[in-house]
Amino acid sequence: MVQKTKKNKNSIPKTPTGIAGFDALTGGGVPTGRPTLVCGMAGAGKTLFSIEFVVRGILEFNEPGVIMAFEEKKEELEMNVLSLGFDLQKLQKQGLLHIDNVHIERSEIEETGEYDLDGLFIRLGHAIDSIGAKRVMLDTIENLFSGLTNESIIRAELRRLFGWLKDKGVTAMITAEKGKGMLTRHGLEEYVSDCVVLLEHRVIDKISTRLLRVIKYRGSLHGTNEYPFLIDEDGISVLPVTALELNYGVSKERILTGIPALDDMLDGRGFFRGSSILFSGTAGTGKTSLAATIANASCLRKERCLFFAFEESPQQIIRNMHSIGINLQPHIDSGILQMHAARPTTFGLEMHLVSIYKKIRQFKPSTVVLDPITNLITVGSMAEVKSILIRLIDFLQTEQITFVLTALNNNNSMEQADQGVSSLVDAWIQVRDLESDGERNRGIYIMKSRGMNHSNKVREFVITDHGVDLVDVYQGPEGVVTGSKRREQELKEITGVQMREYELSVNNKEIERKRRVLEARIASLQEEFESMRDVLNKTFEKEDYQNEILAKKRAEISNSTKKSNGKDKGK
Amino acid sequence: MVKTKENKTIKHSSDEDERWELRLYVAGNTPKSIAALANLKKYCELHLEGRYVLEVIDLLVQPQLAAGDQILAIPTLVRKVPVPIRKIIGDLSNEEKVLVGLNIKPINKNHG
Repeated sequence: MVQKTKKNKNSIPKTPTGIAGFDALTGGGVPTGRPTLVCGMAGAGKTLFSIEFVVRGILEFNEPGVIMAFEEKKEELEMNVLSLGFDLQKLQKQGLLHIDNVHIERSEIEETGEYDLDGLFIRLGHAIDSIGAKRVMLDTIENLFSGLTNESIIRAELRRLFGWLKDKGVTAMITAEKGKGMLTRHGLEEYVSDCVVLLEHRVIDKISTRLLRVIKYRGSLHGTNEYPFLIDEDGISVLPVTALELNYGVSKERILTGIPALDDMLDGRGFFRGSSILFSGTAGTGKTSLAATIANASCLRKERCLFFAFEESPQQIIRNMHSIGINLQPHIDSGILQMHAARPTTFGLEMHLVSIYKKIRQFKPSTVVLDPITNLITVGSMAEVKSILIRLIDFLQTEQITFVLTALNNNNSMEQADQGVSSLVDAWIQVRDLESDGERNRGIYIMKSRGMNHSNKVREFVITDHGVDLVDVYQGPEGVVTGSKRREQELKEITGVQMREYELSVNNKEIERKRRVLEARIASLQEEFESMRDVLNKTFEKEDYQNEILAKKRAEISNSTKKSNGKDKGK
Repeated sequence: MVKTKENKTIKHSSDEDERWELRLYVAGNTPKSIAALANLKKYCELHLEGRYVLEVIDLLVQPQLAAGDQILAIPTLVRKVPVPIRKIIGDLSNEEKVLVGLNIKPINKNHG
């Protein structure tokens, strides 16, 4: 909707108002050389809006201006805007501003016969010509209706006035009180129809919200929504949704979280710079500690960090974080960390947003922490908080600022509070209570993390004296085990290992012994075998020897028979 | 307060000390301006003969004078003296209204 009409050659010429945000939503400001109607109830900020238009025209765009006030006296006007740093007296002395107070005293005027308002035209014309004014403010011209009785003449003259202003080529801003069922009490919108801006001041649940809407802008595209705006010491700030086009640059740079185990879960390299990270969980799950750890890591990298706390005071956070080994005080002392605490109910949502915007603009941090966003719901509906966060996330993303949010959700149902924002953020980390065996432990897991590999495991999240850390949970046959059960399990595992080692060594000895026994037995068997072989050998030898002897004897015997044949015969 | 003052004035004015300072603001020679001037001269000659000063200011010539008397409508007749300041806008066609507006009528009665 908001388009860069400045570049569009077909668009009508526009005059920037200098009012923060308004020029963005109208694509450059109000129509040049035409009257713009600013209407609203009493106290809506009409006069301030138009004065800022004139004064910023002088200060920022070098366009002299005329203020024609029908309500307030010159001195009153000067006093009223002095608090905004607008020195009207000085501008008048410099010849850049002309204030004319038109005072109509009903009691001293008698009307008889025909008349016209040429006197007003002449006064205005004289004022414009004397300083070469480009901008004119008429506040509130409807007072003519209460000062003069002949309405038909006033109407005719007003029509003429606006035509005359166009001919003069001045960019005019006319304020008017809102009427019943009409934009203005006397139907001025009939005459001023080029651009109509409606200012409203709504009080919902005792908290006031100022809203601005461009009702009509002839010949130009414009944002048609109601935009919250704010009046503070710098004047009016309107907050358009900044990045409707979603075309901001992205960074591939990764930043570590300060928790090595969490970095491990995220591909080992942490989050992307400029991404938005949501930590959600029930009360007491350590969301603030996580956020503070990231803030601390950012400060240790010498990158500026801005911490917005909506629950605790900065001192409280510093003390509490100190107890878990995160020392934020030195960062605050060195100016690298800034903490801002505010009760959400101190002002309306858009005021919060504007103050956040402003502080970010001033401090230029690279990390912003908001803790917790859910507290803002106390001042607005979920939808409003969401719209505020969309704008904030858009803004931070265009500025490449890493954004850490924490959200409290109730009843352990994760869909509740985060529903609004979880789709907007780049990374969503859920911290959950895991309750079992009379113990409450914290489990952490990554619901999503765009553009990177991430662990799907549930880890146990422990807060120690040295900060936060993540521990692998034990996943056994009984499911996920945490806390002392996990420690028990760890102990069991360690004992198991030692037992096995012991058993192993015992077994080894046994085997060794058996081996030795076996070896001994083998040796004895061998011995036995040797002796048996000896015995056998001896028998063989004996037999051989016997045979030898036998053979010898036989030979001897045969010899003797040859010699004593006779003897034998004689026998 | 005002009434007693007026009464005193009447007593004094009967001795023709009272001077009336009237100022008529116009913007060029428009029919309304011409009519207003003619009407005014007529009434003054009739009721304030010799006791008035009439100044006609053309704002087209002297636009810077418009703011001083808080002039919006044209023509505007301003009674500067006697105080308080009175303004009558329009072409002054209604004689009665003009006389009431300028507080001239009682004087007229005295004279009559």
